[in-house]
Amino acid sequence: MPDPLFVFFAALTLGGAALLVASRHPVTSAMGMILALLGIAAEFFLLDAYFLGVLQVLVYAGAVMVLFLFIIMLIDAPAAGGAYPWRRAGLGLGALALLGAGALLLAAEPSLARAAGPTPPELAATPEALATSAKAFGRTLWTKYTLPLQLAGLLLLAALVGVVSLSKAPRAAE
Amino acid sequence: MESTLLAHHLGLAGLVFALGLVGVLVRRNLLVTYMCLELMLAAAMLALVAFSRHNGTMDGQALVFFVITVAAAEVAVGLALIVALQRRGGAVSSDRLDALGD
Repeated sequence: MPDPLFVFFAALTLGGAALLVASRHPVTSAMGMILALLGIAAEFFLLDAYFLGVLQVLVYAGAVMVLFLFIIMLIDAPAAGGAYPWRRAGLGLGALALLGAGALLLAAEPSLARAAGPTPPELAATPEALATSAKAFGRTLWTKYTLPLQLAGLLLLAALVGVVSLSKAPRAAE
Repeated sequence: MESTLLAHHLGLAGLVFALGLVGVLVRRNLLVTYMCLELMLAAAMLALVAFSRHNGTMDGQALVFFVITVAAAEVAVGLALIVALQRRGGAVSSDRLDALGD
């Protein structure tokens, strides 16, 4: 019997995702996306990844989704149609993908639980270490992953420069 | 107990990923398509965190940190591209982006 909290937040996530896919209006879609991301952040908390949960809420559900909403308002997306927002030819493909994923899950779930097995003994003793996760997380980032961390900073800088040059007025670009 | 925790979270991640895939295939609005892409990334992150918890190591979480960073940069650039596209007079619909197909 799964944890009731898990069930609640899983339902929240799936409901938000369904709203995102099915809604006619982009703003409603964005709201569904925020719901789904909050649900996933809550699942991070249930998995003892507290720092990542906070990061998910701040960066994803906060900054990224505000950016999305801002752009939706900016370019007046409903003008994209009056046309039915779903691609009819894609509906079959979509149903196929969902069915395939469902069948795969049903087939894989028991064997997955078995194959995953108990936690390997040499790794088993760390829930406490994970519970003070921000500290352990920072230590991992700054020892094993120092170079990727610096590269991530460089990537953010490159994205910043790229966005500025992309969004300059068209006249300046010519 | 622990392995059912892993299996449940992997199942949820798979379902969310499938929903995102359906959205990418089915929706016309570029912004909604883009949000569905982000949803697929989030599902992958959930799977990574579940495995990280299962194995009791931090590596999966570190990878998720980098995924969040890259996704944030990607959203910024992608939205700027969509705005530039719209400024050039294109609609924000993937059906109308057929300039290369003519």
